[in-house]
Amino acid sequence: MTSTEFLLWVKGTGFTLAIAVFAAGIVLRLAEIWSLGRKPDLAEAKGNANTAGVRTIFNRFIPDKGIWDRSAFIIIAAWFFHVGLFVVIFFFVPHILLIDSIIGLQWPGLPTPIVDAFAVITMVGLLAMLFHRITQPVKKYLSTFEDYLVWAVTFLPLLTGYLAYHRLLFSPDMLLAMHILSVELLLVLLPFTKLSHSFTFLLARWYNGAISGFRGVQS
Amino acid sequence: MPKNTLGEHLRQQGMSRRSFLKFCSLLASGMALSPALVPRIAQALEATRRPSVIWLSFQECTGCTESLTRSHTPTVEGLIFDAISLDYHHTLQAASGHAAEAAREEAMKENFGQYILVVDGSIPLDNPGFSTIAGISNLDMLKETAKGAAAIVAVGTCAAFGGLPKANPNPTGAVPVSDIITDKPIINVSGCPPIPVVITGVLAHILTFGGLPELDDLGRPAAFYGQSIHDRCYRRPFYEKGLFAETFDDEGAKKGWCLYKLGCKGPVTFNACATTKWNEGTSFPIESGHGCIGCSEPDFWDFGGFYEALSRPTGQTGKNAVYGVAAGTAVGAAVWAMNRAKKEEAVRGHEKLTMDELNREGEES
Amino acid sequence: MAESGVIPIALDTATGNVRPLLHEIRHALTRLLNTGEPTVIDLGALPLSETELEQLQAQLGKGEVRAELHALGVSLIQETRYSGVWLIRHMNESQESAGMFIEISKMPELLYAQMEDIQDGLGRLEHELNEQPPF
Repeated sequence: MTSTEFLLWVKGTGFTLAIAVFAAGIVLRLAEIWSLGRKPDLAEAKGNANTAGVRTIFNRFIPDKGIWDRSAFIIIAAWFFHVGLFVVIFFFVPHILLIDSIIGLQWPGLPTPIVDAFAVITMVGLLAMLFHRITQPVKKYLSTFEDYLVWAVTFLPLLTGYLAYHRLLFSPDMLLAMHILSVELLLVLLPFTKLSHSFTFLLARWYNGAISGFRGVQS
Repeated sequence: MPKNTLGEHLRQQGMSRRSFLKFCSLLASGMALSPALVPRIAQALEATRRPSVIWLSFQECTGCTESLTRSHTPTVEGLIFDAISLDYHHTLQAASGHAAEAAREEAMKENFGQYILVVDGSIPLDNPGFSTIAGISNLDMLKETAKGAAAIVAVGTCAAFGGLPKANPNPTGAVPVSDIITDKPIINVSGCPPIPVVITGVLAHILTFGGLPELDDLGRPAAFYGQSIHDRCYRRPFYEKGLFAETFDDEGAKKGWCLYKLGCKGPVTFNACATTKWNEGTSFPIESGHGCIGCSEPDFWDFGGFYEALSRPTGQTGKNAVYGVAAGTAVGAAVWAMNRAKKEEAVRGHEKLTMDELNREGEES
Repeated sequence: MAESGVIPIALDTATGNVRPLLHEIRHALTRLLNTGEPTVIDLGALPLSETELEQLQAQLGKGEVRAELHALGVSLIQETRYSGVWLIRHMNESQESAGMFIEISKMPELLYAQMEDIQDGLGRLEHELNEQPPF
């Protein structure tokens, strides 16, 4: 298999498979969560569940003081990583074109050097978190194979993307193929691992906010 | 093989030494070699014997020959053609039919093990009748002619990688030369068509150095295919700044912005267009406002459309995502139903405690 | 370069290669003075924008010697403001530009009469004097 054939496969069959598994996986996980169901709360509502739910989705972006005092390092690293990842995925022009070809939506991108800087920040954030995980005894004890796996499948697309943009180590078509393949791996694993927090965080936060809102207490 | 050396041959044709030196310096420039090598090139060319060249055309469009014969520096390319003894080329030679085939067989016999075989076009493996010359199938002719060749130059993307005939669904079962001949050195000069000076540059390299030029992993001469179009593109700064033409006639297009969004395959295409240029050095496709179509790369026809941005998937991803959602919904509905049934069963199995039971428990303890 | 009307087909993207090139010439001149070794620079192997090429030519200027060679088309050889630095422009037989070089030497190699050509000329003269004396 030449690098061109490899690239053609990951851009064609490979990507189609990955997207299909990704879409099926997300719908399946959402159905699973919803089907857990909750009994209707017969108590009198003391507040609006929905507004509290939506509010909580957003205000949980700002960490609680207690948590901040205990683990400021991990919050900062995670913040940089998540913001960086968001920018890199959604504001790099080739990525926007890819999303457009799947769902038909476009928006303006950022100049490439800016995206490049965010990619570096994101990778530094990820490395910092890995370092933290393997140097903190308690965290290391709690870490499972899955934690390292999801770290790796998140890091690989960033690394290969960075190499592909700077055209380092391999030929550009090989790099692009490796980058797309690593993303396909991420897409396939995302719904079935801890990475599913990328969409379940919305449900979880909404639910936490909503029960508190219903009871008229602060979430 | 002609008896006289190239130097003697050129002098016989009335070429002065100064002209020869000028030719050598232009040749070095064309081969992307340092001018410091000119004396060596001159010395080697003088002493070399004119090699016999057999040129076979299979499933092709003659575009490669056109590219070569209409090249912009006729002096240099023309002289290289003088420097070889082109013994068979069924488009260019005057003889035809049996006389032409006889010329090929004679050249093969006389120069066995020493001639250079140039091939343009791909070879059909499906039905040999798809492409024949003088009743001989392309496959047979290639195998027979390759036997005595010192080296093979696969000119054009069809001969190098299969090209248009091999494009999906490949109706003729077309394959490149390298799929059939594995025991001879093959130089792939890809492009649709290849840049003329690259074709002659390779011949000149064989002439002057007597061996193969340095090749990349796809068998192409590294001197010409060492850098991507994107890396040498004058529009690259716009790519970096994120300034893209959205259509072929918008403000961005008029300002010469990057053509990535309009399908330019420059980032994964290796060729010398951006430096050598076309049409008397006038420009290359990107300079004329059209993205690179990637013509020097394998399978470029199947690359998902000339006007589709490189990052776009080639499959029908949107449709398959819908299938994925449908599959997920179906499995999800099944899980839902199972959860529901489980819960209902739990509700059914649940028995309320009665006062009697509680009292009985109290008595027992 | 051909004009294409309103659309600027060639953007003048500066390569920043003029300064390094002038330094290369400086080094070559030093070498020529110290060891007598000549240097040839192929301008075709170096990306230069149109403006930069003009800047380079303006910087080099014109010196005392200008020669025209008629061999495989015309070649123009111009000494620059810096003695020993020659700008050589080769054209093919259809007057199209075929290559541009800078040669740093006491005399461009192509201007010397070549031994083979001298030999040829001598042979011709001898032949003409023996066979068909013109006078």
